[in-house]
Amino acid sequence: MTRYILRRLWYMFITLFIIASVSFFLMKLLPGSPLNAEDKLSEQQKTIILEKYGLNDPVPVQYVKYLGGLVQGDLGISFAFDNTPVTDILADRIGPSAIIGFQALIVGTLLGILLGLTASIFRNGPLDYSSTIIAVLGTSIPSFVFAGLLQYLLAVKWGLLPVALWGEFKHTILPTIALAIHPMATAARFTRTEMVEVLHSNYITTARAKGVNESGIIWKHGLRNALIPLVTVTGPMAVSLMTGSLVIEQIFAIPGIGEQFVKSVMVNDYPTIMGTTLMFAFLFVGIILVIDLLYGLIDPRIRLAGGNK
Amino acid sequence: MSKEKVLEVKDLKKHFSAGKDKLIKAVDGISFDIFKGETFGLVGESGSGKSTAGRTIIRLYDATSGQVTFNGEDVHGKKSKDQLRKFNRKMQMIFQDPSSSLNPRMTVLDIIAEGIDVHNLAKNDTERKKRVEELLEVVGLNKEHATRFPHEFSGGQRQRIGIARALAVEPDFIIADEPISALDVSIQAQVVNLLKKLQKDRGLTYLFIAHDLSMVKYISDRIGVMYMGNLVELADSDELYDNPVHPYTKSLLSAIPLPDPRYERERQRITYDPSAHDMSEQAEFREIKPGHWVRATTKEYEQYKKDLNIK
Repeated sequence: MTRYILRRLWYMFITLFIIASVSFFLMKLLPGSPLNAEDKLSEQQKTIILEKYGLNDPVPVQYVKYLGGLVQGDLGISFAFDNTPVTDILADRIGPSAIIGFQALIVGTLLGILLGLTASIFRNGPLDYSSTIIAVLGTSIPSFVFAGLLQYLLAVKWGLLPVALWGEFKHTILPTIALAIHPMATAARFTRTEMVEVLHSNYITTARAKGVNESGIIWKHGLRNALIPLVTVTGPMAVSLMTGSLVIEQIFAIPGIGEQFVKSVMVNDYPTIMGTTLMFAFLFVGIILVIDLLYGLIDPRIRLAGGNK
Repeated sequence: MSKEKVLEVKDLKKHFSAGKDKLIKAVDGISFDIFKGETFGLVGESGSGKSTAGRTIIRLYDATSGQVTFNGEDVHGKKSKDQLRKFNRKMQMIFQDPSSSLNPRMTVLDIIAEGIDVHNLAKNDTERKKRVEELLEVVGLNKEHATRFPHEFSGGQRQRIGIARALAVEPDFIIADEPISALDVSIQAQVVNLLKKLQKDRGLTYLFIAHDLSMVKYISDRIGVMYMGNLVELADSDELYDNPVHPYTKSLLSAIPLPDPRYERERQRITYDPSAHDMSEQAEFREIKPGHWVRATTKEYEQYKKDLNIK
């Protein structure tokens, strides 16, 4: 098991290295420079600034410097935002994104599981069809449409909640709902499909023959087996939710990573863009590793070699 | 007959609807009795309704019509939760596919103990565990196996777990739905012998559903032959094999291969042609000899009687 984890960590390292390199060279290929907007600067000033940030060095030199910084946990210094280190910017911004993302994940998956469960129990009935419709709408309509609707109805028309503010729990409600719709739809579809299949399997018949009652069959035998595949999709979903939805954060004026990311792309702030990308990648790869390890716990059939004596 | 009836099936029907106006008559009016301590074999080709019959008897399906009486009580009538529980405990089922009928996420201990839990047969965890370990030894496994998961076992071992699981609630009557058809021949014999031994030790009654005629003959006291949802013939095993009457039974018996090349060279397959029956008259299940029943019209009945006398 330890060997397996070590091997996975090594792969993770390689993946991150490749992502860092690719994003670095992509940045270099981007047309324009961080000084695009600064028309008022003289050529001399521009040279000084470029010199200061090391942008005049040959690309390979910049690359090595960048990697060297990464190894020490230094993501560079932001060009645009008051020369703060990128790590500080990210640390500042991750909180709000994580709160919204976490709430959306919990609300979304729980509601989705309930919805899918109801649909599978009352299969081909009106409840099933309405849950399918909700799921299809939830997947196909982009979250910013919901965001706009929620703002219009709950905030503008009825005045129950603020349109776009940040600070209290109350302010997180609308963005959480808007963000939760997509994971809810996904979870509902997965749960329904899996439950329908599991409820038809032979061990459910066995449980019935044992005399297990209906709720025991659904919760203990059904849902526990049906949720295994859901774990796989929840991991990456969790990362993308917690690292911030670019659009939702813009709409609700949440000072999160997504909003930051959009701003830095606008001004060609290379270190911030690369730093954010790298952090996304790191979280992604990390969560996937955790999910893979969890899988063995949840599903005994997938115990890894050496996992069970 | 002096023997005590355990199960009485009367004109049991189970129809499934398949889309609009289509009806599948999986079981279409079968009647038979099973006596205490015997093994009743139910044979027939795939799709003849034998598994459906078994599942309807244990109430995994609701019967369309007809009656099943178990220990003098109607199985399909309205029942309170307690009555249902009691019934569930006295009648158990062993399934065909030992790998898929065990929940992959539960340990063997939990799979076997679930019945014990449902029926509150153990006072505490130690007793629960002890009972499971005893059951494992009864079916020829050992108690170290309790903490493992179903996928760690071979097919034969899994079927033993299935048997231990059924025995856990101390039933009187076990429906074995093709319990050996998914196993290797060598393992089949082991499992069948285990079932026989358990029957002797615990006084169990079996309804043994299978399509392997030689195995059915080996284990059964009486055999019923099913065809298209109907019982076509019912008799003691030896009687059925020695004096088959219904053309379908004859055809089935002629299909048994023997590991004897000389016999095999001579073996004549009799094909069954359902259109040979006189369809103008509804066939009925009639007793042709004491304990030997056959489904026939009046005319066929006379003919069969004549055939039997000649032999």
